[in-house]
Amino acid sequence: MDPLLVFPDPPPPELAQALDLGGWSWKSCGDPDVAMAEEPDEGWAGAVVAADDDPEGAFALCRRLRKGEMPLEPLLLLVGAGQLEDLELRDDLFDDFCLASVRPVELSARLRHLFWRTGRGSRPELIEYGPLALNIETYQAAIDGQPLDLTYMEYELLKFLASHPGKVFTRETLLSRVWGYDYYGGARTVDVHIRRLRAKLGEEHAGLIHTVRSVGYRFGQSRWGLSAR
Amino acid sequence: MENDARRKRDYVLRTVEERGVRLIRLWFTDVLGRHKSVAISPAELETVFDEGLQFDGSAIDGFSRVQESDVLAVPDPGTFELLPWAAEDEPSGTMFCDITRLDGSPFPGDPRQVLRRNIGLAREAGFEMFCAPEVEFFYFADAAAAGGVPRPLDGASYFDLTTADVSSDLRKRTLHMLEALSIPVEYSFHEDGPSQHEIDLQYTDALSMADAVMTLRLTVKKIAMEQGVYATFMPKPLNGVQGSGMHTHLSLFRDGANAFHDPDSDDGLSREGHGFIAGLLHHAREITAVTNQLVNSYKRINEGYEAPRYVSWARNNRSALVRVPIIKPGKTQSTRIEYRVIDPACNPYLAYAVILAAGLRGIAEGYELPAEAVDNLHELGPGELAALGVRPLPSNLAEALDEMEASELVRETLGDHIFEWFLRNKRAEWDLYQRQVTPFELEHYLPTW
Repeated sequence: MDPLLVFPDPPPPELAQALDLGGWSWKSCGDPDVAMAEEPDEGWAGAVVAADDDPEGAFALCRRLRKGEMPLEPLLLLVGAGQLEDLELRDDLFDDFCLASVRPVELSARLRHLFWRTGRGSRPELIEYGPLALNIETYQAAIDGQPLDLTYMEYELLKFLASHPGKVFTRETLLSRVWGYDYYGGARTVDVHIRRLRAKLGEEHAGLIHTVRSVGYRFGQSRWGLSAR
Repeated sequence: MENDARRKRDYVLRTVEERGVRLIRLWFTDVLGRHKSVAISPAELETVFDEGLQFDGSAIDGFSRVQESDVLAVPDPGTFELLPWAAEDEPSGTMFCDITRLDGSPFPGDPRQVLRRNIGLAREAGFEMFCAPEVEFFYFADAAAAGGVPRPLDGASYFDLTTADVSSDLRKRTLHMLEALSIPVEYSFHEDGPSQHEIDLQYTDALSMADAVMTLRLTVKKIAMEQGVYATFMPKPLNGVQGSGMHTHLSLFRDGANAFHDPDSDDGLSREGHGFIAGLLHHAREITAVTNQLVNSYKRINEGYEAPRYVSWARNNRSALVRVPIIKPGKTQSTRIEYRVIDPACNPYLAYAVILAAGLRGIAEGYELPAEAVDNLHELGPGELAALGVRPLPSNLAEALDEMEASELVRETLGDHIFEWFLRNKRAEWDLYQRQVTPFELEHYLPTW
C-alpha cells in the first residue's frame, strides 16, 4: 500500500506511534508544497491531518488536497476538543474526524472504515467478467447474481482463470499455478475440474471456459477479438 | 502444504458464514460400506477442524474393539459441498471425514484411510489410479417388505406412460443433483432389466471416486424416495433378470501420461498395462469377497449376462473379467482397462484399494499375462475351460472368503484390523444364510416330499 500523508512534520509522537502500531505506511509533510512534491507515483493512499497544533496550516493543506483536479480521499482530521466549532462549514475538507489524542485502535478502525467506504485498501476485492463475479475476500462466486456452489479447488481454478481473461493456459501451467504441489494426477486433474466447473456454471455460461484444441483452456473471449470457440 | 490446508479450512468457514449454512453433515463410511452421517452446527465447525469430532466407534460396524472405542472424525475441507437438496431457508453443507485415533494417527478401521494408504503406496511407485464406474441400480415401486418380491417401476402393468415419466424425471433430477455435487455424469440410460438404470461417471482419482460412489448411492436413493420410489443397489434383486454391476474403467497415470499406453506394442498396452491386468487376474479370486461382499452378489455372477464368471481378459469380449476397450485413434490418453465383476453394493474404498494393490503387485512382480480369451466363455463347458487353464470366480460368498483368508495381498492391503473383522462378520452372514429355508426350496421340495 502507498503511504499515508501525515501532517505536521514531525507529527505528534503519539500519532506516529498509533500509525506504526496499526501497521500503516506513512510519510509526514510540513506544508502543501512539500506534500505535492513528494507525492508517490500512485498518489497518496490518504491523509491524516492533525489540526490541534497548527489549525491554519492544517486547513490550508486540506484545502489544497481536496480542491485539486483529483481530490485526495480519504482524509482523516484530528482536532482538539476546543476546535470542534472550527469544523463548521468545512465538511468538504475531510471525510471523518476524531479527537486528539487518538487511541491507536480507534485510529486504525476509522482508517479501515474510511478505506472501505471510499473503495480502497481493505475493501473486498472483486473479479468481474460479464455475468460472473468473484469476491476474493469471502471466497464467494456468483453468476447473474446467483451464488455458485463450488468446492475449494473449483473455486481456486475459476478464480485463476477469471483473473486472466482471454489468456490461454496449458493444463501443465494450470496445474502448477492452481494446484501447486498438492496434485498427483497430472493434466487429467485439470480436465476433471474444468468439466465440473462448466457443469456448475450451467449450460448458458459453460462457454465462458473455452477448450483450445491441443493447447489448453481459455477463460472468456480471446484477446484477439476472434470468437474462435 | 500447511498453508494450503489452512486456506481450504478458511474457504469452508467463510462459505458457511457467507451462505448462512445452518448444519454441516460429516460423512464417513463403515467397514461394510454403509454411509454414516453426524450433523454439527456452524458454531462447532472451527473446533472440529482443530480437534476432530470425538465419538464412540464401537457403535459403528467394524470400527472399534471395546478397549479403544473412542475415535475422531476429521473433516476433509477439500470435499466440502453445499447440499443441493437442502431447503432454501436451511442451507446445509457436507464433508467427508477421515477417522483417526485420539492421538491423530490414522484409525485402522476406517476404509477411507485404507484407500488413502494404498494410494500413497502407488504414488511412491509414481502412479495415480483413475477410476470411472458404471453404476447400475433398480427402481422399485416400493420397498418390498422383508421376504416380499419387489415390483419394478416401469414393468408395472398399469399406467405405463406415467411410470416411464416418473423414472425419466427421477433420472433427470438425480443427474442434476450429482452435477451440483461435483460428480460429472458421462452417460445415463435405461438398462436391460425392467426399471434398471445405469449412471456412468466421468473418471477421477480413486479417492474422489470412492467418495463420489458414496454420494451417488445416497443421492439416487434420496431423490427416488422423494417420489415414493425405492432405489436399490442390491446386486441381484430379481429372478431371471440380470443383476446390477459396477464395471469400473481403470487407468494409471505417471508424470501426467497414461502409463498403460505404449504406441509400439501390438495391442497398444504398455508393460505396466499388461502387468496390471496380470495382477488383477492373479489375485481376482482373493479380492472378490471385497468387490462382491454379499451372499446375493454371487447370484448376479452366476446368472452371467454382463457379469463375468471366469478369470480371463479380452479386448472385445464382454464375458471377460478384464476387458480392454478399443481406443479411438489418437485417443491414447484414454487407454484403460475395465474390471467387470465388482458390484455397486461394495465398499468402494476397500474395493478400489484391493483392485489397485492387485494391479500394482502384477507390475512390481512382473506377472506374465495369460493368453487373451477369444471365445464367449459362458458357452464353454468345464472341460474346455480347464483345458484353456481358465479358473472360475468364486461361486459363493463362502468360497470367496476362503480365498480372501489365504491372501497375503488382501491382508496387507486392508490391514489386520479390517481384514479380520471383515472375515468374522462375513462368515457370520454366510452361516446365517446357510440356515435359511428359501422360496426355491419350498417351491421345489414341498410339493414332492
